[in-house]
Amino acid sequence: MVIGLSHYLAVAAILFTIGVFGIFVNRKNVIIILMCVELILLAVNINFVAFSTHMADAAGNNPMAGQVFALFILTVAAAEAAVGLAILVVYFRNRGNIAVENIDLMKG
Amino acid sequence: MLTVISFYLLAFVAVAAAFMVVAARNPVHSVMYLILTFFSAAGLFILMGAEFLALLLVMVYVGAVAVLFLFVVMMLDVDFVELKQGFLSYLPIGALVAIVLLLEMIMVGAAYVAGETKTVVVRETGLSNLEAFGRVLYTDYAGVFEAAGFVLLVAMIGAIVLTLREREGVRKQDAMKQMERTKETGMEMVDIEPGQGIG
Repeated sequence: MVIGLSHYLAVAAILFTIGVFGIFVNRKNVIIILMCVELILLAVNINFVAFSTHMADAAGNNPMAGQVFALFILTVAAAEAAVGLAILVVYFRNRGNIAVENIDLMKG
Repeated sequence: MLTVISFYLLAFVAVAAAFMVVAARNPVHSVMYLILTFFSAAGLFILMGAEFLALLLVMVYVGAVAVLFLFVVMMLDVDFVELKQGFLSYLPIGALVAIVLLLEMIMVGAAYVAGETKTVVVRETGLSNLEAFGRVLYTDYAGVFEAAGFVLLVAMIGAIVLTLREREGVRKQDAMKQMERTKETGMEMVDIEPGQGIG
C-alpha cells in the first residue's frame, strides 16, 4: 500500500472542513475563529505541498513552485494572526468582551 | 510500511487535534491543540519530502503564532464559560455546512482519482529540498519574496499602531524634555527668611 496524493488531499479536506465548521459553531469567541482560519490556511498549505511533491513531473520545469507558494501563505497567515490579534486587543479594551455577535453594534 | 504507519498516525493526530481546537472549552487548551495540529502537519510535510517547509511551520507557528495566541488568551480577562454558550444552538447549521463541504471535496477528489489512478513519484533531482527551494525562491519568485517581506513589515507596523496607546496620568521619562532643561528653567533661587521655610 502506497501513500499517494489522494491521502494527503483527504487529510487537507478534513482539516479545511473542521476549520469552516469551527467558524460556524464558535460564534462568540473571536480567538477560536482566528485559530480556525489558521487551520484552513494549513489545509491549503498541505494541498500545495502535496501537489508540489507528488506531481513534480506534471509541473514542468518548476516543481518547487507549490512549496514556494506555501511559504507565501505561511507569511500571510502570520501577518493575519498578528493584525487580527491586535484588533482583538483593541476591541477588548473598548468593550470589555470579545463576543463576535456584538461587533455589528454601533458605538460612537 | 513505516511510511504508511507514520502517515496514518500523523494524519489521525492532526485531524483529532484540529477537532479539539474547535471543541475545547478552554481557549488555552485550544491553542495547545492547535500547536499539536501544526506539529503533526509538519510531520506530514516531512513525509512528503518538504523538510524546509516542515521546519518553517514549526518555527513560525509553534514559535511565534501560537505564543502570540497564548499571550492574547491569557492577557484578556474574558469569561470563557459564557463564550461557549450557543455551541449547541449553532451545531446543526455548522454540521450541515461541514458535511456538504466535505462531500463536495470528496466528490472532486474521487472524480480526479477515477480519471487517473497512477501515483506520481517524486522526481529525484539530486538536490536537497532546501537547495531546490532556494534556487526557485531567489530567482523566479524574487519579486514576490520582497512583497512577502513588505507584507510582514506592514503587519508589524499595523499591530504596533493598533495596540500602542498613550495613557493619561502615567509618569514617563521624556529624554528630549530632560535634555532641554537648563539652569534657568530647572532651578529657582529662593531667599528664605530665617525660621520660616518655603511657603
